[in-house]
Amino acid sequence: MSITDKIVAGDIRAVARLIRDIDDMVPEAREVLKDLYPFTGRAYVVGITGAPGVGKSTLVDQMVTHLRKAEKTVGVLAVDPTSPFSGGAILGDRVRMQRHSMDEGVFIRSMATRGYFGGLTQSTKSAIDVLDAMGKDYILVETVGVGQDEIDIVRSADTTLIVLIPGMGDDIQALKAGILEVGDIFVINKADREGADRTVSDIRLMIEMDEKRYENGWKPPILTAQAVFDKGIREILDEVEKHATYLRSSTERQSGIKYEKVRSELSEMIKDKIVRDVLSDLIQSEEFEDAVQLVLQRKLDPYTACDNIVSKKLKPGNK
Amino acid sequence: MAKPGLDGHDRGARIIARAYRDAGFEVVYSGLHQTPEEIVQAAIQEDVDMIGLSSLAGAHMYLFPRVVELLKEKNANDIVVCGGGIFPEEDIPQLKKAGIKEIFTPGTPLTEVVKWVEEHVEPRSS
Repeated sequence: MSITDKIVAGDIRAVARLIRDIDDMVPEAREVLKDLYPFTGRAYVVGITGAPGVGKSTLVDQMVTHLRKAEKTVGVLAVDPTSPFSGGAILGDRVRMQRHSMDEGVFIRSMATRGYFGGLTQSTKSAIDVLDAMGKDYILVETVGVGQDEIDIVRSADTTLIVLIPGMGDDIQALKAGILEVGDIFVINKADREGADRTVSDIRLMIEMDEKRYENGWKPPILTAQAVFDKGIREILDEVEKHATYLRSSTERQSGIKYEKVRSELSEMIKDKIVRDVLSDLIQSEEFEDAVQLVLQRKLDPYTACDNIVSKKLKPGNK
Repeated sequence: MAKPGLDGHDRGARIIARAYRDAGFEVVYSGLHQTPEEIVQAAIQEDVDMIGLSSLAGAHMYLFPRVVELLKEKNANDIVVCGGGIFPEEDIPQLKKAGIKEIFTPGTPLTEVVKWVEEHVEPRSS
């Protein structure tokens, strides 16, 4: 049985190993991903994002329980940060999800960011494909606790949940651009805390000021939840379902969204490969080191140094 | 890094996890009160190289060998199992005989715990 067959048949060890190889950038893994591609595109991908400590893992845990009750199979990818100093990581999202570890219909995998900032790594995107190919109905992707501008998840998810908690900043925060603009559903978790109503109305105001954008489309609902007590979870999944129906309701819209998705995914992938193949060689070259020294001694400005290297190394026809 | 059984004290396990993090390892922490079955299932889904079991509650003579046994059943006995915590001295040879590769007792310097893994655990290849 080939690795591809094993994965499509749902072999847990094969899946686990492939995700590890993807993470370790084993070249063969990329070949398997190519073979798996025809089996992808069936799962519904939900992204869960928000600042550290807002309750993403607990929310995911409860969503898994509800989806399992509805007899759906679920894959979970939970991303935690890599230490910028040691390269190590503590992956602790599983702690909140352990009750599902004996359930054959659930596959949970932790991943470290390994130095990539954007809340989601290229290997997480590939891991989504793997869980998709193994036949999971839903894939829940919990991003690393993100700040304001890490919106990678939107490209990979069908529905993006933004999780907030009361008291995380005044209404000025809600005016700012960035992550709050990309949510399909807003969840105010820990809603028993003081200020939940205020947070809801701040977000509502933000959405309503953007009325033009939502006029003929999906207007993000704002839900309150207390994930620890399993409150509000059913409503969240109902909205996910509604959003899925909305996406499917117009073929024109669907193909437009798909086009944008493929476009940005492919350009990200190319960027990633160029960085990996070209940049890693470049920063080890003598020329690069010389340029660093020149800038260090202030004999050359970094802008010129950059232009020199790029025009020399990246000329068409050159590698 | 896993906490099997009815043992609510994980300060030690967290400190060990932190030491591995600082040495550049990726550490999946299981949380408290795990059954051997849950630990093995998690280890397989995460495709880990090693399981570190921490126990301070006295049930190690059942829990630790059970993890090794389950790994064998699942054809995953290439995953190295180590243990740490408080054990009567006479239990240690028996644990090792049951397949626990190394036992770390209180007072072991963190550097030693990390060094042992660097020297004894080969990353498994595909």
